[in-house]
Amino acid sequence: MLYHLGLLSEYLKNYMKTRLTYRADFWVEVLSDLLFQVTNLVFIFVIFMHTNTLAGWSQNEVVFVYGFFMVPWGVFACFVNMWNFSERYIVKGEMDRILTRPAHNLFQIFLENVDPPSLIGSLIGLLIMAVSGFNLGLPFEWWTVPALILLTISATAIYTGIYTTLTALSFYSDAPTGIIPLMYNIQSYGRYPVTIYNRAIQVLLTWILPFAFVGVYPAGLFLQREEMTRMALLTPVMGAIFLSIGLFVWNRGVRKYKGAGS
Amino acid sequence: MLEAYFDFIRIRFLTMLAYRLNYYTGILIYSLNIGVNYFTWKAIYGQGESLGGFTAAQMTTYVAVSWMARAFYFNNLDREIATDIRDGSIAIQFIRPYNYVFAKMMQGFGEGMFRFLLFMIPGMALAMLLFPVQLPHDPAAWAGFLVMLFFSFLINSQINIITGLLAFFVENNEGLMRMKRVVVDLFSGLIIPISLFPGWLSSILKLLPFQAITYLPGSVFTGRVQGVGIWNVFGIQIIWFAILLIPLFWLYRAARQRLFVQGG
Repeated sequence: MLYHLGLLSEYLKNYMKTRLTYRADFWVEVLSDLLFQVTNLVFIFVIFMHTNTLAGWSQNEVVFVYGFFMVPWGVFACFVNMWNFSERYIVKGEMDRILTRPAHNLFQIFLENVDPPSLIGSLIGLLIMAVSGFNLGLPFEWWTVPALILLTISATAIYTGIYTTLTALSFYSDAPTGIIPLMYNIQSYGRYPVTIYNRAIQVLLTWILPFAFVGVYPAGLFLQREEMTRMALLTPVMGAIFLSIGLFVWNRGVRKYKGAGS
Repeated sequence: MLEAYFDFIRIRFLTMLAYRLNYYTGILIYSLNIGVNYFTWKAIYGQGESLGGFTAAQMTTYVAVSWMARAFYFNNLDREIATDIRDGSIAIQFIRPYNYVFAKMMQGFGEGMFRFLLFMIPGMALAMLLFPVQLPHDPAAWAGFLVMLFFSFLINSQINIITGLLAFFVENNEGLMRMKRVVVDLFSGLIIPISLFPGWLSSILKLLPFQAITYLPGSVFTGRVQGVGIWNVFGIQIIWFAILLIPLFWLYRAARQRLFVQGG
C-alpha cells in the first residue's frame, strides 16, 4: 500500500512537470471540461423552460442529481483515464514496458494517466448539490457526508469496472474498438430520472450498463425519494460486482496480449 | 493530379472498411442515444402539442436524423492533424507534391462515404424500426437534405482542420479539441434544436457557423423549412463554407512558416 502511494506521489510530481511544459493548454483543458458540464446544465435549464416537471422531478431536483453525478465522474476521470489505451499501449506496444515492471499493470496505466484537473469538476458538482439542495430545503443529516463519500467511491468503482472491461476488449481485437468514445455519450443518461425511459432502457441503465447507479439512484437517497432508497443502498454492491468483473476481464485480457508494437 | 486526391478517398474508404466491425456497435449506441433523447423529449412534451415550432412527431424525426447525420459528418481530422504535428510526420507531408489540407479533406470524405453507407443508412433503418420517425414525402426535402448534408460534412471538416492546425500554435491542443467537440454538439442543435434556446442565445447561435452542421439540414428534413426556404438555409451553409476557407488557408500558410518539429 505504502509502495503504491509512493508511486502515486512520484507520478503526480511527474505530471506537474509535463504540465508546466504545456502551460497554456492546461487551462484550456480545465475550461473545456467545465464547458462540457455547462452543456449538460444548459440542456436541463432549456428543458425546464418548456416544462415544469420531468416525470415528476422538479428543476432543482434534476440539477441536484446532476451535481451528484459530477462528483464521482471527476474522481473517476482523475484517477482512471483510459481514453487512449488501445492506441498508446497496444498499437504502439507500450504495454511491453508496463509488463516488465513490478507494480500491477493496470495500476501503472492508471498512474501514467492521472489527470488532477478533473477534480475541479467534482468540486463544482458539490457546489451545485449545495445550492440546489438549499433551494429544495434538504436536511443535512449526520449521515449525509459519510453516505456521500461511500456512494462516490461506489459510483467510481462502477465506472472503473465498466471502462476497464471495455478497454480490456482491445486485447482481443486487433483494431482499436470505437466503443469507449461512444460510451461517453451514454453514461450521462443515468443522471436523468430513469423513470422517463421505457422498460428496456431502464433495465439497460440499471443492470447492464449501470449508469443509473452513478447519478439518479444515489442522488435519490439525498433527495429523500422513497422509491429510490433501496436502489441507492445497492450502489456499493453494484460497485463491488462491476469492479470485480472489470479486474477479472482485464487480467484475462492481459494474458492474451502478444505485443503488437516494435 | 486529381487522381491522386481520388486515391486518398478510396484508400481511406478501404481502411475504414477493414475496421467495419467497430461500426456495428456504433449503430447500436447511436440508436440508444436517439432512444434516450426521444424519451426525454416525450416526457417534456407530455400533453403539449408543439415546442419551439416542433411538433412531437417532428422532434422525434429531428432527433433521429440529427444523430444519424452526425454518424456521417463526424470525423477526427483535428486529432489526425495534431498527431501529425506532434510526431513530426507533418514535415514529410508538407514537402510532398500535394496540398496537405486538401488531402486531409479527401481522406475525411473517404471516411464520410464509409460512414454514410455502412453507418448512417443502416442506422437510420434501425432508428425507423424503433421509433416513430416520419420520412418527408416532398422530393425537394430529400434533395435539399442530401445536398445540405454534404455541406454539413464540409463545414464540420473545415472546423476540425482549423482546430487541428491550431496545434501549431498551442503545441498540445487536446483541450481545444475537446472543447470544440462539446461546442459543436451543443451549438449545432444536435442536443437541443436551436429554436428551443432562449431568444437571446438562439439569436447569437444564428450568427455562428455551427447551426449549419445539424440544425439547418434537420429543419429541412423535418419539413419545418420548405420551398424557397430551403434555398435560404442552403445559402447560409454556402456562406459559412466560403467564410471558413479564409482562416483555413491563413492558418495553413502561417503554419508552414512556423513549423518546428518537437520529436520524430
